[in-house]
Amino acid sequence: MIEIRDIRKSFGEHEVLKGVSSVFEDGKCNLIIGKSGSGKTVTIKCMVGLLSQDAGTILFDGRDLQQMDFDGKKSIRREIGMLFQGTALFDSMTVEENIRFPLDMFTKMSAAEKADRVNTCLQRVNMTNTNKKYPGELSGGMKKRVGIARAIVQNPRYLFCDEPNSGLDPKTSMVIDHLIQEITQEFKITTVINTHDMNSVMGIGDKVLFLHEGKKYWEGSSAEILKIESGELFDFIFASDFLKDLRKHAKF
Amino acid sequence: MKYLHYFGSYLLLLRQAFSRPEKWSMYSKEVFRQCVEIGIGSLSIIAIISTFIGAVTAVQFSYQLKSIGIVPMWWMGSILRKSMILELAPTLSALLLAGKVGSNIASELGSMRISEQIDAYEIMGVNTPSYLIGPKIMAAIIVVPCLIIISVFLGILGGGVAGVLGKFFTLSEYVRGLQDNLDMHDVRVMFVKTFFFALIISSISCYKGYNVQGGAIEIGKASTQAVVMSSIVVIIVNFIVAFTLL
Repeated sequence: MIEIRDIRKSFGEHEVLKGVSSVFEDGKCNLIIGKSGSGKTVTIKCMVGLLSQDAGTILFDGRDLQQMDFDGKKSIRREIGMLFQGTALFDSMTVEENIRFPLDMFTKMSAAEKADRVNTCLQRVNMTNTNKKYPGELSGGMKKRVGIARAIVQNPRYLFCDEPNSGLDPKTSMVIDHLIQEITQEFKITTVINTHDMNSVMGIGDKVLFLHEGKKYWEGSSAEILKIESGELFDFIFASDFLKDLRKHAKF
Repeated sequence: MKYLHYFGSYLLLLRQAFSRPEKWSMYSKEVFRQCVEIGIGSLSIIAIISTFIGAVTAVQFSYQLKSIGIVPMWWMGSILRKSMILELAPTLSALLLAGKVGSNIASELGSMRISEQIDAYEIMGVNTPSYLIGPKIMAAIIVVPCLIIISVFLGILGGGVAGVLGKFFTLSEYVRGLQDNLDMHDVRVMFVKTFFFALIISSISCYKGYNVQGGAIEIGKASTQAVVMSSIVVIIVNFIVAFTLL
């Protein structure tokens, strides 16, 4: 479980996060949604330690990342897997080397054990027989899957996904969403996903946190979200006239 | 104040780059990879430039000496050897490497920063300055002196060939000059210069690339700044070393 309490973050004069609090539970897909510039990415970057919050607390199963020394932070980071928006696969390495990298760096596993673990992860994301390919040879969806495989190779307790559907067609987006959901439930990990995609919200959102102008505007389940009648969240969900019409006729 | 801030953050990054590596085997593998990248990648251009610099220096110097008339031509070997060791090989090679290796390092790290690859390393718990910057600096310190030794030899060879073919001096005159009064202090000065040049080129380029913010345009700017800054600092340090040690 990850708990964030009153997180604040400014860049110069501009206050991006104005006190965001929430709890993200184990075995669930926790989604952070909001318009561009609402503070979603900054929230995630603070949570994984890429940015330091100006105020507030982030607790990983009760452990405060901010209060930890360098080694403590390092040990928590090894429990974190992250899927980046642009996948951030290492260009100079093959798929296999990308996934194996954390094992090479931080474990004393034998070459055979590492190869076995890499193949298991690739199998899990349906990417067998791509071991020797370079990221440049893969499609967007394949890169995302390799990114997921790399994120889970060390059996993380926490999985963060930054815009996992960006640049993907609707069908591939659904495949990626369901893969993340299956992995979350299978390994009982705490997954936090930052997304714009309403299909993801409705499809896999066990819990949804809506940020607006750096503040928590709404929090609830994906079922509850459809009961919203007006306000910023309503405008965000039903941004297009097509969806508004659809909602009217579907009588949610 | 701004420049002091940059200098301070540069020194801090350098300190982190030389902190204890997470895993020595991974570090040494990366050092080796960088040695190949910097060394083999720059060998041909260093060879071509050095040979022709030696050749043109020999031809032009011989032309001057001949017009003076009172200087024996076997001096050419000695003059060219000293020029190559003390100045032409280390400084010209360093400026060339600032352009080639420096821009390469800055754009590689800059691209990694923009595409979030450095963030990916950090989230895994990797000390990125130590893993990404340390090996590049170490490899430059190992490989650049080797390149400069090759440059000295090829420059002297080019000068000899050009001078003999141009009938400015005979081979025996040239060899006599090369063997005359070889001062090992010159070689020591060359290695001191080379060490500083390798450190300057690699570390400034790493600093510029590692701290890129923005997009493709900023990568280009960082790459240019790395080359310009490295070249200026190389020239200044060249003077300081020469002034101090000669």
